[in-house]
Amino acid sequence: MDWSSILSNTAQGLLSPATMAFALAALGLAMHFGFAGLLNFGIAGFMAVGAYGYAISILSFGFEWWQGILVSLVASVIFALILGIPTLRLRGDYLAIVTIAAAEILRLLFLTNAFVDVTGSADGLSGYHNSFRAANPFPEGNYGFGPWTYNNIELWVLVLGLITLAICASLLLLLMKSPWGRVIKGIREDEDAVRALGKNVFAYKMQALIIGGVFGSLGGIIYALPSSVNPGVYVTSLTFFVWTALLLGGAATVFGPVLGAVIFWVLQAFLSNVLPALVSSGILPFISSIQASTIRFILVGVGLMLLVIYRPQGILGDKKELTFVK
Amino acid sequence: MSSSSAKLPGKPAAKTTGLHVGTIRPGVPKVDPIVTIDNVSRKFGGLVAVDVEHLEIPRGAITALIGPNGAGKTTLFNLLTGFDKPDTGTWNFAGKSLAGIPAFKVAQMGQVRTFQLTKALSLLTVLQNMKLGAKDQRGEKLMFSIFPFLWKAKEQEIEDKAMELLARFKLDTKKDDFAASLSGGQRKLLEMARALMTDPVLVMLDEPMAGVNPALTQSLLEHVLALKSEGMTVLFVEHDMHMVRHIADWVVVMAEGRVVAEGPPNEVMKNPAVIDAYLGSHQDTDLGTVTGRITLPTKGKK
Repeated sequence: MDWSSILSNTAQGLLSPATMAFALAALGLAMHFGFAGLLNFGIAGFMAVGAYGYAISILSFGFEWWQGILVSLVASVIFALILGIPTLRLRGDYLAIVTIAAAEILRLLFLTNAFVDVTGSADGLSGYHNSFRAANPFPEGNYGFGPWTYNNIELWVLVLGLITLAICASLLLLLMKSPWGRVIKGIREDEDAVRALGKNVFAYKMQALIIGGVFGSLGGIIYALPSSVNPGVYVTSLTFFVWTALLLGGAATVFGPVLGAVIFWVLQAFLSNVLPALVSSGILPFISSIQASTIRFILVGVGLMLLVIYRPQGILGDKKELTFVK
Repeated sequence: MSSSSAKLPGKPAAKTTGLHVGTIRPGVPKVDPIVTIDNVSRKFGGLVAVDVEHLEIPRGAITALIGPNGAGKTTLFNLLTGFDKPDTGTWNFAGKSLAGIPAFKVAQMGQVRTFQLTKALSLLTVLQNMKLGAKDQRGEKLMFSIFPFLWKAKEQEIEDKAMELLARFKLDTKKDDFAASLSGGQRKLLEMARALMTDPVLVMLDEPMAGVNPALTQSLLEHVLALKSEGMTVLFVEHDMHMVRHIADWVVVMAEGRVVAEGPPNEVMKNPAVIDAYLGSHQDTDLGTVTGRITLPTKGKK
C-alpha cells in the first residue's frame, strides 16, 4: 500500500474548493436548521441555483465573473422567496417536504433537454472561466508546499473561497449574537410564543431562509469555480452530505459546520483512497476495488445515524442547546 | 388545601366596583370598556366553539373568564389575540378594530397573552427569554443587527428592566439557566414576567394557576393583583374558584360558546344558571364529603 499517496490525498481534502463549498452550504443550513429551526432539505437546490446562475450568466449573457456571482445571489434570494411564501406559514415539516421537492424540480429543469442551449442538459456547463481567471491577481507558478501545492488558478479559487467563508462565518456570528439572533432562536423554540410577544415571525423566518439560501448559493459557486457545473452533483444525496457535515460539527454553532465540512472531506478523501488500496493488497476480501470506493457512502450513512443517536449536538455543540428529540 | 391557599395574609387589595352600566345581564355595557366584542363566532366544522353576541371587558380591572371545559374560553382568547380568525363579528381593543390584524401586531398594540400550556423558550436562557419580550430594540432588525454599537445601549436598558422583573418574580438567580431547566411553576412565572417586558395594557392569562402548587399560587395571585395596581387590565381564564373569588373584580361565565352570565364574583357564583352549567352544587363542599368516602364537619359558606 502506498501510504504516502493516501495521506497526501487525504491532506488535500483539508483545503479544497469542495470543502469550502460544503462549509458554506453547511453554514447556510446552520442558519436554517440550527438557529431558526427551519427544516431545509433542499440545500442542493440552493447550491444548484448558485452554480447554474453563475455559469449561465457568463456563458449565455456574457457577464463578468463578479456579475455572475451577483446574479446567483439574486437568484437564490428569489428561490428562497418562492419556497418560503407558501410554506413558512405552515408547520416545519411542510418546509422539509417542499424544499426537497423544489430542489429536485430545479435539478430536473437543469437536466431536461428542453433548455439544452442554456443549461447544457446532462453534459452540464463548462468553459466559463476566462473572466474569472483573467482577474487572477496571482502570477503564474506554483504555490504552497507538500500536499498543499497549488498553481495560480487553484490558489485564486482557494483564496476567494476562504474570503467568502470568512465573511459568511463572521456575518453569521454577528447575527446570532445580536437581538435579531435572539428572536430567531426564540422562533426555533416556539414561534407562537414569539408571535405573542409582538414579533413578525414570518418576516424573521423569511430573512433566515434567504440568508441561509445565499450561503448555500455561494457554496454552489465555489463548487463550480474550479472546473464545471454538472447536474449529477446537485442531487438529493448532496443535501444529505451537507446535513452530515452540519450535524457532525454541530448544528447550532457557527464553527461547527466548517469543522464538519473539513472532517467530512478529509474522511471522504481518506476512505476513497484507503479502501481500494486495502482491496488491492488483499486485506479487504470479497469485494472489488470499485465496490470498495463506494463503501464510503455506506459508511457516511451509518455515521450519520450514529451521530444523530449518540451525539445529536455535534462535535462543537452544547448538549443542552440542541437535541433532536424534543 | 386550596381553601387555605386562598386565604392570603395581609390586607386584600380592594375590589374595583361600579364597572357596569344598567342591570347586570350577559353582555351588559361597561363604564369604560377596553375590549368590545360583537357577534363574534367561530365554528370548527359543525361545532360552534364561540358565539358571543356582545361582551365588554372593563378597563383597569381584573376580569375572570370561567366556564366548563370546552366552553370556548381559550378559543375566545385566540380570537382576541389574533391567533385564530372568527367566522363572523367585530371586536375592538382600546377603540381600534382588530379584525384581520395579525397576532404580532395585536401584541405590539399592548395586548399580550400567555398560554394554557406554558411556552417557555426552552433552549434560551431565562434572561434571553425576558429580553425577547422587550419592545423597540433596533437590533432585532436585520440591517441593524450586525452593528452592535447601534443597539448595545438599548440592550443594557432592556437587561436592567429584565433583571428588575426577574427579581420581582424571584427568578433572578436563575437568569443564566436554560428555561428548560425550570420547574412548571417557575415557567409560568417566567412566561408572565416575559409578557410584562412588552409593557402591556391588557394582560391575558390562560389558566395561570393550572399545575402550580399552593404556595406558588399565592405569589402568582399577588403578581396578578400587582398588575392591576400598576394600571394594567387583566383578563384571565381559570378553574380555581377560590382564586377567581379572591382577585377578580368581574366574572364572565361561558358555556357552549356563549356568555351565560357575568357580574361581580360573589353575585355570579350565586346565579343558578352558573351553578348548573359549571360550578355544580357542591362547590364549597369537600370532595371527600361529596363522594361519601370521608365525613367532614359541614363547612359554612365563606
